[in-house]
Amino acid sequence: MTAPPHPLPAPDTRLTWLDRLRARPRARTALAAALPVGWVTLFLFLPYLLLLIHSFWRLDEHQVIVHQWTLASYRRLFTTNVYPATILFSARIALSVTLLSLVLAFPLAYLLAFKVRRHKNLMYMAVIIPLWVSYLVRAYAWKIILGQEGILNGLLAQLGLIHQPLQFLLYSKWAVIIALTHIYTPFTLMPIYAVLEAIPPSLKEASQDLYAGRFQTFIHVILPLSLPGVLAGSTFAFVLSMGDFIAPQLLGGNDSALMVSNVVVSLFGVAYNWPLGAAVSVVMLMLVVTLLTIANRFEERFNYRGERGGAVKADALAVVVTESRA
Amino acid sequence: MSPPLVELRSVTKRFGDFAAVDDVTLAIAGGEFLTLLGASGSGKTTTLRMIAGFEQPTAGEIWMDGQPIHALPPYKRHVNTVFQNYALFPHMSVWDNVAYGLRMRRVAKPEVAQRVDAALDMVHLESLGGRVPRQLSGGQQQRVALARALVNRPKVLLLDEPLGALDLKLRKEMQLELKHLQTQVGITFVYVTHDQEEALTMSDRIALMRAGRIEQLGTPREIYEHPATRYAADFIGETNLLAARVRAATPGRLTLEIEGQGVEVPAPSSPVTPGQEVWLSVRPEIMTMVDASPPAGHNSLEGTVEEGIYAGSLTRLRLRLPGGGALVLHLAPTGTARAAGAHARVTWPADRGVCLVA
Repeated sequence: MTAPPHPLPAPDTRLTWLDRLRARPRARTALAAALPVGWVTLFLFLPYLLLLIHSFWRLDEHQVIVHQWTLASYRRLFTTNVYPATILFSARIALSVTLLSLVLAFPLAYLLAFKVRRHKNLMYMAVIIPLWVSYLVRAYAWKIILGQEGILNGLLAQLGLIHQPLQFLLYSKWAVIIALTHIYTPFTLMPIYAVLEAIPPSLKEASQDLYAGRFQTFIHVILPLSLPGVLAGSTFAFVLSMGDFIAPQLLGGNDSALMVSNVVVSLFGVAYNWPLGAAVSVVMLMLVVTLLTIANRFEERFNYRGERGGAVKADALAVVVTESRA
Repeated sequence: MSPPLVELRSVTKRFGDFAAVDDVTLAIAGGEFLTLLGASGSGKTTTLRMIAGFEQPTAGEIWMDGQPIHALPPYKRHVNTVFQNYALFPHMSVWDNVAYGLRMRRVAKPEVAQRVDAALDMVHLESLGGRVPRQLSGGQQQRVALARALVNRPKVLLLDEPLGALDLKLRKEMQLELKHLQTQVGITFVYVTHDQEEALTMSDRIALMRAGRIEQLGTPREIYEHPATRYAADFIGETNLLAARVRAATPGRLTLEIEGQGVEVPAPSSPVTPGQEVWLSVRPEIMTMVDASPPAGHNSLEGTVEEGIYAGSLTRLRLRLPGGGALVLHLAPTGTARAAGAHARVTWPADRGVCLVA
């Protein structure tokens, strides 16, 4: 063998600071975690802590916050009918939205996952794209559709089905339910689509091979395997619409006063009763966290792939973060 | 011969312009172990899927038991499938997986219980009925898939590379076990594999597929010892393929010329004329080395030893012919070693070579 014309230089064996860091795994982990942990502390835990602290303070007779530990706000919350009632009312609205979203999202996700072959990504994008349109635009759009002079009333009048514009459409809980369903159905669809898409086609074939027709295959194989996604999607729809206060404010009319998030907003913004607002928020937050925990338990129970529900949990955290807007 | 249980009549399956299965006609007898053997893309799995009902033939008919079945959905055919990746239901216990087919056919509960237990017994999984598939090893999952199909006592069991995911040792064990099971239950097996050794071990007959067509159909011995084409000779087992020219043709016997040396072979079924270019196939294990001239009825070729590779149960000896052609011999490892570069004379019985026209 002949020597190469230019001998290669020997590798540099001096240690740089990066090499030293690489040799210290704990320091590496700490450095990598610093930014996310700092972010979450600053924008998530500190605000929650402030909220929690505020809920134990009280207002004096001049409506000034007194830094004095008391359970007064919680006592008032649970002894005044209006607060538990608004929480229940919001939960009912959220439940309606969840059920409607499921009814819309499941068949659509099923079609996308199993029936659509060409332009599948395009169809999926068509479902997702509304998420990129400003929330306000989507909420306002319903004003135009449902109003007295709106598109829907106009259409019904044109068809001769009504003579007076329907009043109950806009500025009612119906408008809120319709708008929230529209806004949160993609959130329901995405996890359902993801689990359906992950079901191997051979399982469907195996079921048919074992004498099960289409309907039986759906009931015994597809539906049970889609439960984690259905649960994740339902949690999204429920938690997000329970905490929503913009759609009720724009479309809810008098009914919006019954939504708990709007009550929180007015307690902070109008009544300047920060301690009581904080107390309602804390109770809401605890309800939501409890719900997410239960949902997570069930998702793990129905997760047959043996993976941890990591993605779903991360999503749930995102929901909690969103929730903190209220 | 009894009428065939399954019949494919000029079956073609096209995906767009591509003919995955191209005019295949095949009759499968009751109780037979038939293997569809071929490289990937040869159409073997598509053929199996058409018998199962997962694919509809573009043209042609599939008959079973004297009835056309190609229009029936899978759940109305009396066949069951063992899938390549087992396709066990992950949300059901082993026991419920095996019971699925019986329940879907509304078999009475006591009978379901009795038959599922018997099926799990048969595959030696009686104690694992309560587990879910994810808690089982690959080999155990394979057995569950087998029990889940056989518990329905189908007329035909379709197996799509069922041993493909298992390691070599387990695969060899399962090959024998499957073969025994098939003889024991007497169900017709249609078995898809790309592993020629597996096909030779298990099958009553092999249908070697290539580009959507059946290249050759026959018993393992027929296919191994009398390959019909160059492709069949090359695909099944190891062989020496030598370019040859027909020197003389007498009824039943040909004289070929390979690099100037004369070699005799039995005449192929298709007619050949002197001067025609053909191929000679000789299996490595039927050739030996001799020092003196070969015995009567034997051919011989002369060459130079290139290398000998020790491979445990045999020694693989590579020879170079003077014209540049290569020969591989499988010798018993006890045989005399030859140094590289040594002169060697190779011999084999004249009636064991195969002349291939296509």
